[in-house]
Amino acid sequence: MTAAPAPQRTRPAIRQLLGDNPAVVLTFVFIAIFLATDIVNRAQEGQAFLTLTQLSTTFLFAAVLGLMAAGQTLVMLTAGVDLSVATTATAGAFMISRFGTHGAATAILVALAVGLGIGLVNGIGIAVFRVNALIMTLGVSTITLGLLTVQAQKQFTSLVPEFVVTLGSQRFLTYIPYDLLVWAPIAALIILGLRYSGIGRMIYAVGDNPVASRLGGVRVWQVLLFVYAMCGLLSAAAGILLVGFNNAADLGIGAPFLLPSVAAVVIGGTSIFGGLGGYAGTILGALILTVLDSLLTILNASQAVRQVLYGLIVLALAAIYARATAASE
Amino acid sequence: MSATTAEGTAGLSRRGTAARLARRHGWTVGVYVLLFLLVLYWRTQTNLPWGPFDVQSLAIDALPLAFAACGQAIVILSGGIDLSVGSMMSLVNVVAAKYMVHMSLEEALLFSLALVACAALAGAVTGLVIVVTRVADIIVTLAMLFVLAGAALAVLEVPGGGVPLQYQSLVTIDTVGTKWLPAAILILLGSYAVLWLTMRRTRPGLALYAIGSNRPAAYLAGVNVSATRVLAYAFSGAFAALGGLALTAASGLGDPNSGTIYTLNSVAAVVLGGVSLLGGVGGLLGPIAAAFVLTLVKSLMILRGVDQNYAQVIQGTLIVLVVMLGGLAIRQKAKGG
Amino acid sequence: MAEHLLEARDLAKSYGPVRALRSADLVVDPGEVHALLGANGAGKSTLVKLLTGVIRPDSGTVVVAGKPVRVRSPAEAARIGLAPVFQDPALVPDLTVEQNLRLTGTDRGAVRRELRALDLDVDFSEQAGDVPLPMLRMIDLARALAREPRLLLLDEITAALPSDLAERVFTVMRDSRERGRSVLFITHRLKEVIATCDRATILRDGGAVATIEPEEGGEERIVEYMLGPEAAQAAAEALEQDADRAAPVRARAAGERPALEVEGLTVGRLQDVSFSLRPGEILGVAALEGQGQDDLFDVLSGEQTPSGGEIRAGGRPLKARHPYDAIRAGLVLVPADRLHALLPQRSVRENIAAPRYNRVPRWGAINMREEGRRVRGAIDALQIDIRAARQVRRLSGGNQQKVTIARWLAGGFTTMLCFDPTRGIDVGTKRQVYALLRRLAEDGAAILFFSSELAELPLVCDRVLTLYGGRITAELPGPAADEASLLRAMHGLVEGDEEAA
Repeated sequence: MTAAPAPQRTRPAIRQLLGDNPAVVLTFVFIAIFLATDIVNRAQEGQAFLTLTQLSTTFLFAAVLGLMAAGQTLVMLTAGVDLSVATTATAGAFMISRFGTHGAATAILVALAVGLGIGLVNGIGIAVFRVNALIMTLGVSTITLGLLTVQAQKQFTSLVPEFVVTLGSQRFLTYIPYDLLVWAPIAALIILGLRYSGIGRMIYAVGDNPVASRLGGVRVWQVLLFVYAMCGLLSAAAGILLVGFNNAADLGIGAPFLLPSVAAVVIGGTSIFGGLGGYAGTILGALILTVLDSLLTILNASQAVRQVLYGLIVLALAAIYARATAASE
Repeated sequence: MSATTAEGTAGLSRRGTAARLARRHGWTVGVYVLLFLLVLYWRTQTNLPWGPFDVQSLAIDALPLAFAACGQAIVILSGGIDLSVGSMMSLVNVVAAKYMVHMSLEEALLFSLALVACAALAGAVTGLVIVVTRVADIIVTLAMLFVLAGAALAVLEVPGGGVPLQYQSLVTIDTVGTKWLPAAILILLGSYAVLWLTMRRTRPGLALYAIGSNRPAAYLAGVNVSATRVLAYAFSGAFAALGGLALTAASGLGDPNSGTIYTLNSVAAVVLGGVSLLGGVGGLLGPIAAAFVLTLVKSLMILRGVDQNYAQVIQGTLIVLVVMLGGLAIRQKAKGG
Repeated sequence: MAEHLLEARDLAKSYGPVRALRSADLVVDPGEVHALLGANGAGKSTLVKLLTGVIRPDSGTVVVAGKPVRVRSPAEAARIGLAPVFQDPALVPDLTVEQNLRLTGTDRGAVRRELRALDLDVDFSEQAGDVPLPMLRMIDLARALAREPRLLLLDEITAALPSDLAERVFTVMRDSRERGRSVLFITHRLKEVIATCDRATILRDGGAVATIEPEEGGEERIVEYMLGPEAAQAAAEALEQDADRAAPVRARAAGERPALEVEGLTVGRLQDVSFSLRPGEILGVAALEGQGQDDLFDVLSGEQTPSGGEIRAGGRPLKARHPYDAIRAGLVLVPADRLHALLPQRSVRENIAAPRYNRVPRWGAINMREEGRRVRGAIDALQIDIRAARQVRRLSGGNQQKVTIARWLAGGFTTMLCFDPTRGIDVGTKRQVYALLRRLAEDGAAILFFSSELAELPLVCDRVLTLYGGRITAELPGPAADEASLLRAMHGLVEGDEEAA
């Protein structure tokens, strides 16, 4: 016996839309902030912001955050969190500059391998030894940073290969950043994979109800190992783009992206408790945060003001989202 | 009739109060034993005659982390987490340093009290935001981390300010006639006693444990879950403020980034101190000892001439290993019964 | 005429598009034992949660002893004199019983007195997490009684209690009545209602359809109200048809290789248990709480490894270290607690298809058409109502249970282990489940069926085993498995034997 279907209740259209289809509302938010930046820029500098160049720059910048947030999305879908994405990205960046003299291909392979390795270590700790994700990834990030510092003090010739620099900072056809050639296919793979592959279903299952998954025959540790390994790989890829953009690797290069990577996922609508969400929202979250950063730069906001605003905005967006999903229950 | 139920639970207590005590306090005792062993080891490492000065310096070094761990422990016990602890410490640090520069000792002390109260209020606001917006606590406290860090930068952009000399020496003066018990430790134990011991067995204190242990059951039982959560974060704010003041007294300076590392280190100290990250299990004494252990381990490594960065690596590995083993031990116990 | 104790009018509550309660009325008089009945999805649990402040109503009024009230939280409900006892005891595991009581400001002495009146002895210094579940429920009950409530609300309390404790609950209900207090008794067990209640309100589709005085032999009337007259008629006819069909199934099973053989199995409380199960057979298991049935199902489903004995599935020895191994061997589990089988935030389709991807080789691209076909097949076979298909948690309890069974239909299996599959499900869906199980058996499946509701065992099973003290005490053929015989065997009292060790 099921409950009688309710008559159409009037609910604020925006809320309903946000609950069922966050991507739509987020796109509006992105456009809105972009426009706001345009207005402010015109006021301050007398220049427009709503130009193709600026749009392309936004995507260029957002790719790094987008990749780190991709890994974070996968992890958070399983109700976990990875606080080592920033140091893994730094490690990737470092490996590029360290092995750059051996050629772009070698350097890239080493960087990705290191990222994958770090991810596997995280995965083993969390999936096999059942260490809490917060602690494990935190510990691993401390260890990574320490090891990197030791390595950095050694003598070697640092070089960022031309290929990587182009990838990280150049555009083709005037407006299309090369790094989109990395980000876009990965994004497509993740979005389609989450929806139409067995492992995608398992990621959602494990995040939604690990007990039921286990009783249904899923070996949860395999799925967790996979997501953390992927996260490490994606973070390393982000690091490669990052070092390409900066043309140099310093050990603090990844740090500013840690908390935004979590924020982008949350803003994008993935539940931190797992089992619900996806990457499309995260992409928009990354774009929103990037353009927000530009806005704050243009406003000449001091570090202090930026930080405070950043925090308040993340909070506001998360709260709106929480309201919306609650309303659609 | 059916055998298993008529006798009620009387049979269970036969399993022994000893076993129960061991289970509940075993980990804490273990950490203190570890601390003791480390201190002994420390003794063997210095060729100079070992004096109270060393105890003092350890105490001063560990005090901020110990306070941070206390606040974090209370929040974690209640089933939450507070990622803004470090930022709050930085904020209190800079505010104290900026304004205490021209104060007398009495004024500074009063000001300190006011800061603790304000921080408790700020913590309560964080808790209120968490309750009202229904956003996960990790996100809200993450956002607060940004906000408070920004506020700290607004107060002092670069390290500066100062504190009255007597304030600084507060943490170092001898007390109780002996040089071996620095005021730092007394202040720590005093705060612990006043803020926590008095609360622990009262209804609000039990409520903190309850909502961490099984929130839905606590709600059904009639506990005011929202108010209790707000209380937990108020405590965290208060202890973070004490940590920030400890930083101020120790360094004599205000630095907007001084508290950053304490957020995650406080979580580590809490876990090492035997408090379950799921909530409901543990106390504050364990994390306090764990804070000392962590600080001591780092000092020992530097003493042994270990590269600071390797020290970092080793500390990280140690934390991970301890948690891994701890997790295994708990699961073994659960299976064995 | 004395005023009503509780008068709830027009209560309504919706969760998004799902209307849990349309417009429910409930009137309880002082000094009465009042039953609240209804199918799952009819709104019983919602109504109770509204009355006890766990959730707030969208509209409607509640009047207690002549005064309108707004119950905003369980604490407030307690203050008004409404004391609930929910299925999950409201005690936190990491505090001692004493601390739990102190937490809610309950008078420990009063609770002790109530427990003694129930003939129970509890060590208050014991940690609540160590106390066995039925005892926790009794403590919860004692706590509610200690408050001297005007209205005691018991939500499915007897469903999970062993019969001796259930008896004490009935005593409590009778005592309350004598003291002028009232009891609102929510249950699925119609026999109990007829035996103990003065009146019963029946909910259907979110509204109250009748308030009656239950009488001997009045189960059918109650069911009719719960289902609506046409549905009740259809269900009764279906039951008759199935009873006829049962006979040929029982005759069939002989001569085939067993689907499942258990020999000398020892694990946890189980001691040296042996039996076999043939394809097409439904084997029932009956036992009091904690007699080894949990261990039996845990081992067969791969959750636990046995300490002794052997299990053979389809003739091959089974060494399962993980549910995956058992599932691969064709042994699938339908657990009692739906929370252990379902992915609440995922769709019906994802839930039903989930077991297909539980191994790495299947992690690649999904053949959506094939999947859709299998899922639709399972949905049709089980007649699952998928109107709320977006998230499985919006389905009614009965439909949710169908989804847990559907998972295995879509994937294929040899032996289905059903652990109390009809717990907390309405009568109509229960009958559908019986019919389904018999149909599966006819198609060749082997089914192991544990139920805490003894009345349904003879309806479904070909044979029934009883467990006591971890051993099999009796094997009764289906028709002979009436409640009396089962109960005797379940207590270890077997004809001609001493009490089982």
